Amino acid sequence: MQSTILIAVIMGLTLVGYLLGRSRAVAVAGGRLSHLHSIPSYHGFFVAIWAGLPAFLLLAVWSCFQDQLIASLAMAGLPDTVRQADAQSLTLIKTNILNIAHGIATGSEPEPSLREAAATYNQLQSLAGFCLLALGSALALAGIVHARRQISMDMRARNRVERMLSIGLVLCSLVAILTTVGIVLSLLFEAIQFFSRVPITDFLFGLHWNPQAAFSGDAAGSFGAVPLFTGTLLITVIAMLVAVPIGLMAAIYMSEYATPGARAVAKPVLEILAGIPTVVYGFFAALTMAPAMQVLGSGLGFDVSSQSAMAAGLVMGIMIIPFVSSLSDDVINAVPQALRDGSYGLGATKSETIREIVLPAALPGIVGAVMLAISRAIGETMIVAMAAGLSANLTANPFAAVTTVTVQIASTIRGDQEFDSPKTLSVFGLGLVLFVVTLILNVVALRVVQKYREKYD
Amino acid sequence: MRIDHSDWLPGGNGPPVKITARAVNVYYGAKQALNDIGLDIESNRVTALIGPSGCGKSTFLRCLNRMNDTIDICRIEGRIALDGEDIYDKVIDTVQLRARVGMVFQKPNPFPKSIFDNIAYGPRIHGLAQRGPEMDEIVQSSLERAGLWNEVKDRLKEPGTGLSGGQQQRLCIARAIAVSPEVILMDEPCSALDPIATAHIEELIDELRENYTIVIVTHNMQQAARVSQKTAFFHLGNMVEYNDTEEIFTNPRDERTQGYITGRFG
Repeated sequence: MQSTILIAVIMGLTLVGYLLGRSRAVAVAGGRLSHLHSIPSYHGFFVAIWAGLPAFLLLAVWSCFQDQLIASLAMAGLPDTVRQADAQSLTLIKTNILNIAHGIATGSEPEPSLREAAATYNQLQSLAGFCLLALGSALALAGIVHARRQISMDMRARNRVERMLSIGLVLCSLVAILTTVGIVLSLLFEAIQFFSRVPITDFLFGLHWNPQAAFSGDAAGSFGAVPLFTGTLLITVIAMLVAVPIGLMAAIYMSEYATPGARAVAKPVLEILAGIPTVVYGFFAALTMAPAMQVLGSGLGFDVSSQSAMAAGLVMGIMIIPFVSSLSDDVINAVPQALRDGSYGLGATKSETIREIVLPAALPGIVGAVMLAISRAIGETMIVAMAAGLSANLTANPFAAVTTVTVQIASTIRGDQEFDSPKTLSVFGLGLVLFVVTLILNVVALRVVQKYREKYD
Repeated sequence: MRIDHSDWLPGGNGPPVKITARAVNVYYGAKQALNDIGLDIESNRVTALIGPSGCGKSTFLRCLNRMNDTIDICRIEGRIALDGEDIYDKVIDTVQLRARVGMVFQKPNPFPKSIFDNIAYGPRIHGLAQRGPEMDEIVQSSLERAGLWNEVKDRLKEPGTGLSGGQQQRLCIARAIAVSPEVILMDEPCSALDPIATAHIEELIDELRENYTIVIVTHNMQQAARVSQKTAFFHLGNMVEYNDTEEIFTNPRDERTQGYITGRFG
């Protein structure tokens, strides 16, 4: 509560600081604004930063440590007999105290000593809140006074503000990078834990995937991920066989043949396809496509299961078409008109020009688009979970039920799980493989695009 | 000079006429870009089209091989004949027309292919030759005629985009020659080149005149005077004057022509 008020106060003071700084700069200049080193608004920002930044930092540091500090202070008031207990029961006692303090019913009537500690806790909390409010406001005010006093004709406010801005931007990008690194590291450590129980060779080359069996017996034999990899590969290949030709042809039509009117309609419509949630595609695949496949298959004399790689792959391909077409359309449009003119000038027809000149020139971009589409297909979960099933079959038959890496991750992690069973940990092994594969694909795609960019011109 | 619109088929004395244009009007949407143009382009001569920017000389050039067909809003009236045959007739195939009337553009635009494939592209799509010694022969003779062979004979497999600007433009000329055209249209072929490369190309144009009819658009009046035998002066979509180059530059009949070539406007 107090920290909400403090945030409001600091923001108010920051605004006040900006106005004060600006007016101070105008006053100092005394009508000769052009003689100021920096324009008044920079002085305003300078004071505002001094008002806001230290106070916010205080708030951040304070809220990190406040709860822990107060809880241990409250625990310190407990009788010695209680404090002698081992670490685990101490944690339990602490939880109890916090529950009582927050008014959560614990069932039985709490001991008086705990109730006392809870009261101390609450008291300390409100005291700390007021301290923080007072200290924060004081710091903001002090910042304003300090900064305002520095304002003079020659004060290099602009340089200082720009410097703070660039530091802020660096911090933002650091957050993005460090988060990614953190995710990768946590993935890596959990995966290492998994591989200490299941040998990595068994995982990567084993042909049998049945994590449920791990509970009843041999853990090592049930985590062969090859059926998942082949399932992923099968569905991705089917999806690409649909998406790449159709998407590429659509892109060629839109950029080379379509009248401006047709293009203005077709392009947004195709891009709407990309905006449909994958869940919707998923139940379309499961409820419409899979039965249709069954009918079609039995008509042709195949034995088609009610869930099939074909149904999931086809629908996923349709989902990815706009990816391929939109990106390819952009790169085809980027091919200079001069190249087309050159080709037409030699008497080439439209299709010759597209085949021989435009597509080769646009090829790097198209390859990049396809690579991105592949990583999208590999990562897709919902459609496969709904339409292709959960059974890990090692098969190349597109009409059989298969499962993919992502579907296994999703189905394993949902619900309550013990986080140290090999079944749960297997998710991190799969995640790591998935991460490495898509990373490689993305790096290759970026490389291809960069290497051939600006080849013309 | 009066243009007689009934004079449809080329004939009479004087040098043989390759292209005849009569009453050509060109519109971009509602805007008229060319106004009643009529002129005869003589065989195995260099004809220069000069005039200030936006006067319609490039538009006229692009009418001669129907390159304007690729622009949706462009509409053309009047008649243009190549060897007496109306090129805007329905039976004319633009593919064949452009094989007979080649084009070199303002900015060198080699294809992102090897030097060899840049030249071989045209002959291949027209079925003049496939791979093999026949194609090697065409590539070599085209590059020789464009004066580029000695510079590139050891690097035919390298990309054409790796050449210098002047070499690229000569590559584009060689590419046009490779399909054995009768007419070569050049749209300011030297405007992106340095003076040395320009001199090279001008020399080349002079040599090419022996075998081809050349129409060149240029901003550079010295260039027009150096390379051409006939010059047409365009102004605001009209053809103001058309005559022997020497006459145009020494004794212009029209005030506007005189103003332009002496640098008073344009």
